[in-house]
Amino acid sequence: MVDSKHQWKAWLYLSPAIVLLLIFTVWPIYNTIKMSLLEGYNTMAASNPLHPGFSFGFYNYTYVLQYDGIGNFVNCLKNTVLLCILTVPISTILALLIAVALNSIKRLQKLLQTIFFMPYVTNSIAIGMVFAAMFNMIIGGSTRPDSVGIINNVLEFFGIGYINWTNAGSEYWANIVVMVVYIVWNALPFKILILLGGLQSINKQYYEAARVDGTPRWRVLTKITVPLLSPMLAYVVITGFIGGFKEYSSIVGIFGDKLGPTGNPYSLDTMVGFIYRSLSTQEGNASAAALILFGIIFVVTMVNLYVSKKKTYY
Amino acid sequence: MKVVLQNLTKVFPSRNKKVNEEVVAVNDFTFTIPDGKLIGLLGPSGCGKSTTLYMISGLQKPTSGQIFFGDDDVTELPTENRGVGLVFQNYALYPHMTVRQNILFPLQNLKGADKMSKNEMLERAYYAAKLVQIEDLMDRKPGEMSGGQQQRVAIARALVKMPRVLLLDEPLSNLDARLRLQTREEIRRIQRETGITTIFVTHDQEEAMSISDMIVVMKLGVVQQIGAPQEVYDNPLNLFVAKFLGTPPINVFDGKVEGGKLYIGEDAVLDVPGVEDQEVTVGIRPEGFIVDENGPMHCKLNSVEVMGRDVSIVSENPAAQSPVVRSIVDADSKVDTSKETVSYTLKAHKVFIFNKETEERIEFEVK
Repeated sequence: MVDSKHQWKAWLYLSPAIVLLLIFTVWPIYNTIKMSLLEGYNTMAASNPLHPGFSFGFYNYTYVLQYDGIGNFVNCLKNTVLLCILTVPISTILALLIAVALNSIKRLQKLLQTIFFMPYVTNSIAIGMVFAAMFNMIIGGSTRPDSVGIINNVLEFFGIGYINWTNAGSEYWANIVVMVVYIVWNALPFKILILLGGLQSINKQYYEAARVDGTPRWRVLTKITVPLLSPMLAYVVITGFIGGFKEYSSIVGIFGDKLGPTGNPYSLDTMVGFIYRSLSTQEGNASAAALILFGIIFVVTMVNLYVSKKKTYY
Repeated sequence: MKVVLQNLTKVFPSRNKKVNEEVVAVNDFTFTIPDGKLIGLLGPSGCGKSTTLYMISGLQKPTSGQIFFGDDDVTELPTENRGVGLVFQNYALYPHMTVRQNILFPLQNLKGADKMSKNEMLERAYYAAKLVQIEDLMDRKPGEMSGGQQQRVAIARALVKMPRVLLLDEPLSNLDARLRLQTREEIRRIQRETGITTIFVTHDQEEAMSISDMIVVMKLGVVQQIGAPQEVYDNPLNLFVAKFLGTPPINVFDGKVEGGKLYIGEDAVLDVPGVEDQEVTVGIRPEGFIVDENGPMHCKLNSVEVMGRDVSIVSENPAAQSPVVRSIVDADSKVDTSKETVSYTLKAHKVFIFNKETEERIEFEVK
């Protein structure tokens, strides 16, 4: 316990961190909660001296949850959850397999490691534009007809034919496939890095012991590697879900700021997208949506932690 | 299952391409390990004993030479098909599995005709656990057990699949002194009960001597001597083996042979008929001294340590290669501690003379 005579010193030393946290974290959180509970709050009205003031209540929450026009919150929630459920397991399993493969080779390991890490240091909007070009299909009708992306060229080569991935009239499942491929690809490097680090810290003798006992490769992976890697896997899954619920820029990268194929705007909107759009007109709604998002991430993370505590070996 | 090593050699390639730094870890090792025996590979660190063990296990490939299990050439056989059990120095128990799961693990890997039913596996695991006396700890995890208990689990895991050969890498080095004594007896007992040919590696000569049927003394990749522990102790082929075996260690002196007599300093300590006149290195086991007032060998008396059964006399001699000469004599011997010197007669069969250059043993007739 700090001697009370010197306690002011402790506060003094802590003050830089505390001041920054108060200004940039605590104060905004307080305001978000306040705004979400003031009915129909927006800054425009709030700055009007003649405005009678906002009444207190849960109107913003009910509005956000019940509004069913274009780009409504429930649709955003549906998109976000779907993308999360698809991308987190796929990217985690792929990252695990790639990390194990990388860990088992000796030559070119450093080079391949660098290549796999490239997406992490590349702007996600830029990646999105490249992906959009790869999945593109515009034949006729446009000013530049016959612009077909590489993916469709490959599909055509195998006799499957063109698929309209992202352009006007494309179907929802095709849009989701593009998003999943893009998000998984973008999420891989960080996960590979973490899992590779974990793999390299596992004592090699476990593998030698397994070899002496003639353990098949698959069993080594599932019975030795995965359990010993479980703390890292848990970390990767939890941060994956948190990141997944905050998905937004990737949608912009592929579909532009209309968040959907031409003629079907906001069909792929996400929760962060909803918050971002509401922010420019209805801060009360945006705050309410942000707190709902926080609640969802909180619950999902708690479930994750609970499950990983049961399944993780430390 | 007898194990035959034929001209076994392991060379680790140079890491630096410009400078040749090849390391010959094991050099031309030929030895037949008889069926059902306990063999100790003994030597200081870096002598190639562990490399030899790993080559037998198949985890390392020999550069040249062959390994046979019985009549099968297993040199090219991958580890998993050799049917060896290996106990690692730090046990390498899977930390996330219970003792039972650890012991069951090798059985669950069996395929084809060897595949067992669940009950069979549990029975075998229980039998292995009972053999090493850990059947009450089956639900513990390795982290919840002492070093000695973990060591037993490691042995049980190696034994459960009934290996053709059991290999132990420094099995006792992580245990405290008391547990080490107990566990080495245990290893002996388990080996006798199962009759599995067992090879273990150690740098502790006492450990190797006390439980092995045969010991192999190695130095810098070259086998120095192979034989029963007592035989190697009583009959070392060179100075290295003589120095390496025995506690307290052998006393080494500079000496010379002249006219059939062995001189240490000025004292003609022993008759060595049939040895040519030359400078020699002399090794005398601590128990090779008899206190005798009229004895031919004189040393400056330092101290006398009474250890109950025996008396240890610490003395000095200018010709000795170590600062003190330690002898162990019968407690009944009368040592006059008031005198400055102590005189000894030597037991001829506890005195070894070695060529000064080659350090090879020079035999002489013991009367």
